[in-house]
Amino acid sequence: MRIEADHLCVDYNGNVALVDASLRLPAGCICGLVGMNGAGKSTLFKCLTGFVRPSRGRILINGQSVAQAQRQQAVAYVPQTESIDCSFPISVWEVVMMGRYGAMNLLRLPRSADRLAVREALERVELLDLRDRPIGSLSGGQRKRAFLARAIAQGASVLLLDEPFNGVDVRTEKLMAGLLLQFRQEGSTILISTHDLEQVRDFCDLVVLINKTVLAFGETAKVFTPENLALTFGGLPADLLVGATGRPGGTGP
Amino acid sequence: MNWLLEPLSHAFMVRALLVSALVGSCCGLLSCYMTLKGWALMGDAVSHAVMPGVVLAYSLGLPFSLGAFVFGVGSVALIGFVKQKSRIKEDTVIGLVFTGFFALGLVLVSKVRSNIDLTHILFGNVLGISLADIWQTLLISALVVAVLLVLRRDLLLFCFDPTHARSIGINTGLLHYTLLSVLSLAAVAGLQTVGVILVVAMLVTPGATAYLLTDRFDRMTQIAIASSILSSLLGVYISYWTDSSTAGCVVLVQTGLFLLAFLLAPRYGILRGSGPQAP
Repeated sequence: MRIEADHLCVDYNGNVALVDASLRLPAGCICGLVGMNGAGKSTLFKCLTGFVRPSRGRILINGQSVAQAQRQQAVAYVPQTESIDCSFPISVWEVVMMGRYGAMNLLRLPRSADRLAVREALERVELLDLRDRPIGSLSGGQRKRAFLARAIAQGASVLLLDEPFNGVDVRTEKLMAGLLLQFRQEGSTILISTHDLEQVRDFCDLVVLINKTVLAFGETAKVFTPENLALTFGGLPADLLVGATGRPGGTGP
Repeated sequence: MNWLLEPLSHAFMVRALLVSALVGSCCGLLSCYMTLKGWALMGDAVSHAVMPGVVLAYSLGLPFSLGAFVFGVGSVALIGFVKQKSRIKEDTVIGLVFTGFFALGLVLVSKVRSNIDLTHILFGNVLGISLADIWQTLLISALVVAVLLVLRRDLLLFCFDPTHARSIGINTGLLHYTLLSVLSLAAVAGLQTVGVILVVAMLVTPGATAYLLTDRFDRMTQIAIASSILSSLLGVYISYWTDSSTAGCVVLVQTGLFLLAFLLAPRYGILRGSGPQAP
């Protein structure tokens, strides 16, 4: 198992964020993480990136503790581009190089292996020609690809993506979808936090529905039912939910 | 040439120029991180909060930097504690804690028997700096610059994307407190030149000026250090020739340089380029 989370409980000063959430993800899968705002999606991500320590339960990544997995550069987080300060004086190359920091010495001086990894990552996301541009001068989609390149350069086996397809251009969407499928082939485990139910249905092998706890988890075809979605989203209108599972609504392929 | 050389015939001017250049370089480098992290208010808080520490250290015969450091870091820890344990927002807590410490400093100055001059703490006393204080400033500046240089990439990542830093196993809590400790030390050093009230300018303005002039972090640090040292030296000279407040002159020159960048910066100046674009 790539990720084993058992009976996680998280609270922030008495505000409960997750209760008894359990989840197991194998190597080589794409899993959608679906829930309302405040349902605990970002808390789960924070547990997996070591930002929050669960008050109960445990997490194993590649059979190791989160801290050990981090030291081995196993977990990469691809942020929502909106959460990044885009006027930061830093180039695309430097951003991607930050993926290598964990494997470098204390001064973070890049060696040729690091430069090679960064170059290859930039090639894979088709940004090599923009490597010297400031990150702020890129379009939303290009920026997204830069952060994906950082995860590639890191060589992580667990990728956490926050709204990866939000506000990206068609080229980026196609490129990223292709890359994620390649990563799955290579054995990576990809967890995607998203509001885009359409995307989940088309794209994810597995799905986790959460609202303070794991409501349903399993193969997308089995779990992504109108009943389960109604459970996840509480009072959303039924036609929206039906559209999301691909029958009427006209947005399906 | 006389205007340049004459002041150098006074030992106190040579010392003042030396100290302000030192302080300028270390505060200039730090100001880049303060600007990018958005810690101006924190810098203001720390610089005020060190005051009781300075007074106590003087009256106990300890190096004033020690007292200042303890109170600087202490105030920041207290801010974090109150914020975590109450429902009050951070900027309110900062305003509350630093004024409390500052008030304590004022009372201590008036009650503790010592030969401290309040105006020297408030507005700096670089023209009357003692040899012992120069050594302290030298040590502090060297330490600050060394820490910032060794950790520069980690700190940059910490400012840019702490989540990523955490997820690759970097101890962001440690970086947070390292940066705060360095801030306390730099505030103590800056206090020598411009005093408690204006030290926040040393910790913010050069970084802000440089930020308007470049999109590269390395370049930003170089510009910030250069503009900071230039303002310090020029400020001391101007104050000598106009017989006016040294702290005021140093900070005015800094502000002037910022205004120049604000108006004329090639890309981000309001009279040039395309103005502020939301990227």
